[in-house]
Amino acid sequence: MTVSTPPTARVTINLLKNLTLREVRSEYKRTVLGRVWSLVNPLAQIAVFSIVFGLIFGMQAEPGINSGVHSFPIWIGIGVIVWGFISGSIRAGMGALMANAGLLQKVALPRWVLVLSKVLALVFTFLIELAVICVVMALVGGWQIILTLPLLLPLLLVTAAFTLGIGLMLSVATVYFRDIEHLWSIVVQVWMYASGVVFPVSLVASKQAELDAQGVTVLGMPVPLLAVFEYNPAQVLLSMYRNVLYDFAAPSMGDWLVVSLWAVAALVVGGLVFRRFSRNIVEEL
Amino acid sequence: MPANAVSVRDVSKTFRVYHDRNQSLKATVLKRGRAKYEEFWALKGVDLDIAEGQTFGLLGRNGSGKSTLLKCIAGILTPNTGSITTRGRVAAMLEVGSGFHPELSGRENIYLNGAILGMTKQEVDRKLDAIVDFSGVERFIDHPVKNYSSGMYVRLGFSVSIHTEPDLLLVDEVLAVGDMEFQAKCQEKFAALKRDGKTVVVVSHDLGTMRTFCDRAAWLDHGELQAVGRASTIVDKYADDNHHVHGVEGGGKRHGTGEVRFTKAALLDEDGREVTEIRPDQPVTLRMHYDAPRGFESPNFSATINTMHGQRMWAIIAQDRGFLPTRLEPGSGTVDIAIAGLPLQPAEYEIGVEVRGIDEPEPADSVQAISKFAMRRAAETYGGMLAIESAFVDFSTGLTSDRAAS
Repeated sequence: MTVSTPPTARVTINLLKNLTLREVRSEYKRTVLGRVWSLVNPLAQIAVFSIVFGLIFGMQAEPGINSGVHSFPIWIGIGVIVWGFISGSIRAGMGALMANAGLLQKVALPRWVLVLSKVLALVFTFLIELAVICVVMALVGGWQIILTLPLLLPLLLVTAAFTLGIGLMLSVATVYFRDIEHLWSIVVQVWMYASGVVFPVSLVASKQAELDAQGVTVLGMPVPLLAVFEYNPAQVLLSMYRNVLYDFAAPSMGDWLVVSLWAVAALVVGGLVFRRFSRNIVEEL
Repeated sequence: MPANAVSVRDVSKTFRVYHDRNQSLKATVLKRGRAKYEEFWALKGVDLDIAEGQTFGLLGRNGSGKSTLLKCIAGILTPNTGSITTRGRVAAMLEVGSGFHPELSGRENIYLNGAILGMTKQEVDRKLDAIVDFSGVERFIDHPVKNYSSGMYVRLGFSVSIHTEPDLLLVDEVLAVGDMEFQAKCQEKFAALKRDGKTVVVVSHDLGTMRTFCDRAAWLDHGELQAVGRASTIVDKYADDNHHVHGVEGGGKRHGTGEVRFTKAALLDEDGREVTEIRPDQPVTLRMHYDAPRGFESPNFSATINTMHGQRMWAIIAQDRGFLPTRLEPGSGTVDIAIAGLPLQPAEYEIGVEVRGIDEPEPADSVQAISKFAMRRAAETYGGMLAIESAFVDFSTGLTSDRAAS
């Protein structure tokens, strides 16, 4: 046990701010395009998905409820950047301790700050991407976007809390078991397709109805295809962002409740795991 | 009675030394539990109190646990058992420039490093000029630190650390950074901390620094506390205890053509007995033993005495002294050098020997550290690197100033 005066909130906030700035400032240093890269990447992905799923597979998105916008690329674009933030911030959070091994071995600091600063740096990038989407939607769908725009703030908060919780948990786990990093790459791939990034969940629902009609079962139960999507917090989050940005509509109270519970659960479990296991990570680094 | 800045109570710390470090889930599942490991006791039941305002030294050989103890006090490592209590703001200077980002400018890195060391923005704003000034890198403060020389980098890092102005400063072997001028500045800064009643805990191998810099010291060996007391007393005890370690394994770095091989070098006292510890005022003979199986023409011998850090304290070259035997006959032999006295501080020193043909570029044999000896303490205590017999002899007081008179 080591008892020492804990740093004051101001010191911790300053540390958080500086570490976040370090991430933000250094990410695109010495590149010609600089911060533009953070937009080029999702744009390329949106283009690929639009061509493959929209053009070749002929997939359609429902027109936006209040916006009346009917554009598969924009619909998929929202999915790509929201998913990009969720998966990206979890990955950055889980690697935060390993990436700062040198610092952890030499300086005593509140360790969770390292994970949070990685998430916050990505929140910054995410905000820029959201701003671009907002501008595009305002041009295509009209000024009414302003009515639902404030909902983005609590939505962003819940999303970040969720990814932070998981990031905290995985960051200590990775220190003890390096395999998790590689295992996670597989999980993320599966998770992406189960989050309805590139196709609407209505497609899954119709497939589910088809399977049920054919009487296909797994262990005597109906195939839980749709359930995988419906209980997936990332899918719910994605659909909520689409509500706000694509439909200009408020997400349902049920969705708010589900994602809030997920966020709180992830934060509590992640926080507890982190507190319990982060004490002795320096010996394992 | 001042309060304790640090109280260490019955602290033990073990590390796991893995035989087959296999950090994988598969290994964990298959072997049911973690890979096989041995417990290594880095600290064993250490009890220590450091009073506020003291400059405290931690002494010990490599692996004695002193750095582990420092990291436990800093809160970087958590002891297995026991407790450590510290008062006030703690700053650990275990490394300079922690968290520096090479692509960011010196100024940005000052804010970053300051935040990492527990400063607020206002605090860094206030101290910015002093930090930049102290580091001496004003001209490059807006350049990325990756373009800094290693000296500039270290100076900037050190400058931020020292301006943290903590109540308790923990320092690990970083006293010796930068050039002479910067070192002098650092010493001044440390002295100022001391005057301000701040507590400093230092880990160092440099016995001279420990003796002059610290008030009190503790000596650790194999994780156990051997002694605590006045710094000079502990340094002497430590130096005395270490005399039995001699004969350098592998002889340090060795190179040469091999036509001559040194087999041994030793110090002899006045009675011709080999000794491994001497006193500063003691006349000794340095005897070099060599083997020259096929003989050797015009040998030029030389010898050096160095600190454990490789700093040369003394050197003698036969050619300079006109000591030039025409040849070494096949077989073995010795060369003696008379030394009137070695006025050095208590510590361990290494003997280096070399022989080469006159004006030959390549030595026949050169051994950087063929053997070690320990200097015992002189009758009196001195600071610095030399132990020269000296004394206070005169005193005057109450003189009227000339300026006032004229």
